[in-house]
Amino acid sequence: MKNKKSSASQEAETRPSRCPDNSAFKQQKLPAWKPQLTIASVLSTFFLTGAFCLSVGVSLIVAANSVREIQVDYSDKCSNCSKLRENSSNWNSECLCSINFTLAEDMLGDVFMYYGLQNFYQNHRRYVLSRSDEQLLGRNVDVQNSYCAPFAAYKNGTPMAPCGAIANSMFNDTIDLFYNFNSSVIQVPLLKTGNSWWTDKNVKFRNPDSHNLSAAFAGTARPPYWHKPVYLLDEEDEKNNGYINDDFIIWMRVSAFATFKNLYRRISRKGQFTDGLPAGNYTFHISYNFPVTKFKGKKYVILSTMVWSGGSNPFLGIAYLVCGAAATLTGFIITAIHLKLRKKKTYFQRR
Amino acid sequence: WSVCMYLHPPASNSIKTSKYNFFTFLPLNLFEQFQRIANAYFLFLLILQLIPQISSLPWFTTVVPLVLVLAVSGVKDAIDDFVRFVSLSCTLDFTLHSSLMPSVSVCVQADLLLLSSSEPHSLVYIETAELDGETNLKVKQALTVTAELGEDLQKLTDFNGEVKCEAPNNKLDNFTGTLALRGEKYALDNEKMLLRGCTIRNTEWCFGLVIYAGPDTKLMQNSGRTTFKRTSIDRLMNVLVLMIFAFLALMCLILAIGNGIWESDKGYNFQVYLPWAEDVTSAPLSAFLMFWSYVIILNTVVPISLYVSVEIIRLGNSFYIDWDRKMYYPLNDTPAQARTTTLNEELGQIKYIFSDKTGTLTQNIMCFNKCSINGKSYGDVYDQSGQRIEINENTEKVDFSYNQLADPKFAFYDHSLVEAVKLNDVPTHRFFRLLSLCHTVMPEEKKEGNLVYQAQSPDEGALVTAARNFGFVFRARTPETITVVEMGETKIYKLLAILDFNNVRKRMSVIVRSPEGDLTLYCKGADTILYELLHSSCESLKEETTEHLNEFAGEGLRTLVVAYKNLDEEYFQDWIKRHHEASTALEGREDKLSEIYEEIEKDLMLLGATAIEDKLQDGVPQTIETLAKASIKIWVLTGDKQETAMNIGYSCNLLYDDMADVFVIEGSTSEDVLNELRNARKKMKPDSFLDSDEINIQIEKSSKNPKLLPDEQANGVYGLVINGHSLAYALEGNLELELVRTACMCKVVICCRVTPLQKAQVVELVKKYKKAVTLAIGDGANDVSMIKTAHIGVGISGQEGMQAVLSSDFSFAQFRYLQRLLLVHGRWSYIRMCKFLKYFFYKNFAFTLVHFWYGFFSGFSAQTVYDQWFITLYNLAYTSLPVLGMSLFDQDVDDRWSLLFPQLYVPGQENLYFNKTVFIKCMLQGIYSSLILFFIPYGAMYNTMRSDGKAIADYQSFALMAQTCLLIVVSVQIGLDTSYWTVVNQFFIWGSLSVYFAITFTMYSDGMYLILPASFPFVGTARNTLSQPNVWLAIFLSIALCVLPVVGFRFLKALLRPTASDKVRRNFSNARPHRCKRLRRTSTRRSGYAFSHQHGFGALIMSGRNMRPKSPFATTGTFSPNSDKYKHKGL
Repeated sequence: MKNKKSSASQEAETRPSRCPDNSAFKQQKLPAWKPQLTIASVLSTFFLTGAFCLSVGVSLIVAANSVREIQVDYSDKCSNCSKLRENSSNWNSECLCSINFTLAEDMLGDVFMYYGLQNFYQNHRRYVLSRSDEQLLGRNVDVQNSYCAPFAAYKNGTPMAPCGAIANSMFNDTIDLFYNFNSSVIQVPLLKTGNSWWTDKNVKFRNPDSHNLSAAFAGTARPPYWHKPVYLLDEEDEKNNGYINDDFIIWMRVSAFATFKNLYRRISRKGQFTDGLPAGNYTFHISYNFPVTKFKGKKYVILSTMVWSGGSNPFLGIAYLVCGAAATLTGFIITAIHLKLRKKKTYFQRR
Repeated sequence: WSVCMYLHPPASNSIKTSKYNFFTFLPLNLFEQFQRIANAYFLFLLILQLIPQISSLPWFTTVVPLVLVLAVSGVKDAIDDFVRFVSLSCTLDFTLHSSLMPSVSVCVQADLLLLSSSEPHSLVYIETAELDGETNLKVKQALTVTAELGEDLQKLTDFNGEVKCEAPNNKLDNFTGTLALRGEKYALDNEKMLLRGCTIRNTEWCFGLVIYAGPDTKLMQNSGRTTFKRTSIDRLMNVLVLMIFAFLALMCLILAIGNGIWESDKGYNFQVYLPWAEDVTSAPLSAFLMFWSYVIILNTVVPISLYVSVEIIRLGNSFYIDWDRKMYYPLNDTPAQARTTTLNEELGQIKYIFSDKTGTLTQNIMCFNKCSINGKSYGDVYDQSGQRIEINENTEKVDFSYNQLADPKFAFYDHSLVEAVKLNDVPTHRFFRLLSLCHTVMPEEKKEGNLVYQAQSPDEGALVTAARNFGFVFRARTPETITVVEMGETKIYKLLAILDFNNVRKRMSVIVRSPEGDLTLYCKGADTILYELLHSSCESLKEETTEHLNEFAGEGLRTLVVAYKNLDEEYFQDWIKRHHEASTALEGREDKLSEIYEEIEKDLMLLGATAIEDKLQDGVPQTIETLAKASIKIWVLTGDKQETAMNIGYSCNLLYDDMADVFVIEGSTSEDVLNELRNARKKMKPDSFLDSDEINIQIEKSSKNPKLLPDEQANGVYGLVINGHSLAYALEGNLELELVRTACMCKVVICCRVTPLQKAQVVELVKKYKKAVTLAIGDGANDVSMIKTAHIGVGISGQEGMQAVLSSDFSFAQFRYLQRLLLVHGRWSYIRMCKFLKYFFYKNFAFTLVHFWYGFFSGFSAQTVYDQWFITLYNLAYTSLPVLGMSLFDQDVDDRWSLLFPQLYVPGQENLYFNKTVFIKCMLQGIYSSLILFFIPYGAMYNTMRSDGKAIADYQSFALMAQTCLLIVVSVQIGLDTSYWTVVNQFFIWGSLSVYFAITFTMYSDGMYLILPASFPFVGTARNTLSQPNVWLAIFLSIALCVLPVVGFRFLKALLRPTASDKVRRNFSNARPHRCKRLRRTSTRRSGYAFSHQHGFGALIMSGRNMRPKSPFATTGTFSPNSDKYKHKGL
């Protein structure tokens, strides 16, 4: 018995104590910041946010109001062309349409020309998927295996370049702008490059490597709805042809919503148009190729200037004003309730 | 030395608990994991995603989280299984060790039939505290035929008999069987059985035959089924997940119908540019497929990481329990241990505590604390001004060094008693002489002067030890004599008769003849009994003593009154003759004996009273007070007798005299019990018998199946004491409801003389009728059943038995740690879990529902708003750590305040922080946020351009903007929810945001795109979009709109309807910690007499059967069986 006891005590000496470590972490005593919702912090949050929102809202609305914008619904105005395009057998016949409009004021600064589409579901899941980024990167891929179907290849096996529903449905109207100045008609110079993201132009899209472009696309065919193959998109400018054509790139950046506008051209600020578009009469000359009436869609052409906050969308400004007003109002309500309660409390304490 | 040998191989004594081996782990574990409904659901989703027509998300969005979740829970299961395996190996090892290796006191590991032992007459002394909580020593005796076997191993091996016995059952006090040996049959009963769980004492060796082993043992039969415990949050979570499934199905249905309409209206015409998929021929078919596509996309409302995160949080919070130094007991080096890591938050919801008494509330140590001798009370210490001093470690102890035979462990603080002894005060001497003579204790003196007493009950041991230290050393006994060293002078008294104790007499006496020849009867017993037997001359002394007794009882001490009587020689001779006749009578011996006892035990002269403290564990009364303030109801379930139990009830403040009433239910028929229960209820709440009472109506309505009863409020504070046999009636079908209604109205319930199984039944009863979380705490094998039954089982560790700890969910060394476990760890765990669930559901609703709104704008085509990588990583990488950080570190108030304001615990009991209402609120908040998160980016982007005229309203920019808004909003929200910002929280929150931007910029980079164009098509989006001022303006607006309402709402709620926690935090500068005072209350008369056994050993001593004829130190003394009793009393 004695042996046992002494061995037990020896054991206790050799065995480390099972006492837990006295570390702040294990004892849940880590130093900590314990913020609380105090009246001061809450009120300052509400009033500061309110003030900030109101001022931002005002400046956004002021900015949005300074934007000059002209929007023309030409699917409506060119109804004969619209009708013609409803029948797909007429795809090859050209249809031209002119639309006159008057600028009451000068549009100063950079002026941008957009085409707008309504009711065109570029954000449909199968539509968004229907492309081959590898192909657009100039790589040699088997598009049959991509999500491009049914616009991947023809029945004879010739792959489409570019493949997919997005590319196939590319907007292919051409719009020219003419300035009617003293009975002479001057074509407004338009810039067709520099309209897309730098990353898209230089990273995301590349033509296949070859000594010339048509050779690079040998063995492929244009998408069924296209009038010309991809290497003929811009015959004038080698750097704007094939997959790296700006119009194509812009179209391929699918919109988040069914109503959208894409940048089509920028006004080149030279000659009479150095300061922008002067007031006067103008004409759009449109080569109408893109059918929209079939799915009850609409097409617009838009001329707009830009400010720091973008275009003429007033939403953010209004939302900021509403939010700011609500925050300030809530701040006052909280103040009122707090004061009332404090009065009550001191009243009770006095009693 | 004692050896129990298994004649049958003990292999069957183990129970297989390890689930896996190395090879079966993977398939079995996977199979098991897929049985969890959530995992099966995700497997189903994965299969859906493999169908090309349906697949709306790439496969990795589901596979990555699923594999991660399976891996994490698989590893956890493996560790759990390994730990279980290791702990089982230890117990097995323990079993073999104790059965084959000789050791001093052996815990019996199987039900044995006693064959032979080292003691005379094949006696074996056992302690059954593990079994029934009784602390006295019991005797078992082997059959004479088997006793002959002795320790002859050859004979034992050749032993060839046949035992017929009943099937394994749970009756601890009953065994019937026969032993057929050499053609003769011998009856076997419980007296010959050593049951698993009892401890062999004072016995050098014994041999037994294993009758029942392993799960067949009576103890195991009593321990109930092991059930897999789940928390109420778990169950609620399952309900919520089903609700979410329904909600998900509804959303998908709406979107599918939308798709059907859209495809027939617009999509049909849009086929020019986007033909329908190959096999889709009609709008309804498309709608059908779209339903499943949306199931895939919207599945994140039931995030797979929910379950695994919950497990991680519980595990983390369990570690805190293991690590808590304030629950570490240095004396036996025992830290607290969370043995089950899945029940933490339930600790914050306890409403009922079922506690064992012996070893849990009490230390099972009896101390001679006070006495009253001849009208003078001793034991209190006063300072110079006459104020009573609180006794603590620094109080000066009485020096007993003048007495060489004194027990050094004995402590007494009142010096006046020693003075009285030294002054040869006659009553004082007589008092201690009585204590040294009138008992059935066996002495043992292996080395000279090293006396060890073997007492049948610890109370007796304490009294004899007290006498020993004051100079009346009981040194040895033979059947006829008692040797006492009185103030250094050895005196041998002739022992003429022991008038033994039993539960009816409640007293014992001895008749001795002193060396001088005086004939004296010494008697000690319960005050209520002895007061009737006193001589009329003692009236005034009786009054004074009564006063002292009241005082003692008020402090919860166990008291005995002692008296003596000088006997007349002639009368005695006559009496002893009649006594002999009575004791040899064949019929009605018991009655005759008690008659003859009563005859001589009268006209006694009162000497005084003793007060023994049944030492409570440290801090028990304070803990109980704190727990009561947290409105936790405490039920004490003990195998001990009523008086003892009630005494402990008073001494640890469970019962007190300010209580309106303490009902005692002790009826012995079903009707009596019913009446007693009804009367009690009538007194507590007379209305509850009206037909109009809500509960009565409810019971009427659902007479067949039991329903949960709401809590009833009594008109005061009541206590209830119920006896074991009454409890047996009350637990029967028709009385059950009465019992639960009456008992649950009382603040305190004490059940005495209950069997282990009854303990479980009581717990089961409350579980069945009350929507409350129960906790059972105990230390012995007899508590295993209730520990297993209750929602939470707590074992007191660091003591002899391992049974309770092994079946418990949490274990620690001291009862007082319970308050920290519940009020600090439990509360924090609960609050953390609730905050976690609230936030988790919120963030996933906000995340997922944006897709729902987008469906209306994208032709219901199952187009996702976010980048697929964001969907994959949102729950795993971007939002998991901040919320884990919160649920591992958050503290609304620190531990001191939670202990100081136990009312902070109440919201947990009422389950206020997370329930269906709260869930609906989270859901609504999530829906609101998702609306903001969709429509602000939508409005800001719709038909908009960048300031340089280029595109920004494209899908990829919108996706990036929406996901950035979402992530910042949920991060701000977790910031709002976090009330305790440690470095880790800061790191996790800021880290997650940085990681988001880092990953986003990486994945949207040129390099990644050029490597895998198909997987990373978002090239350049981050650079082009996040550089725009109006994108950031939209993000700020979303944050303001999502967060400000929450801030305002929370602040106003705290202002107008503050919760307890709000109040504490607001007022904590005003609140002062009040020191817990030791509670002293004078009390009404109560008798808690200090005998913890049923029958005395008197006959055994007088017959001399338990003595052996050798004694090395005392001239005429005997040497009694070896024991290490004192070691176990903590000396």
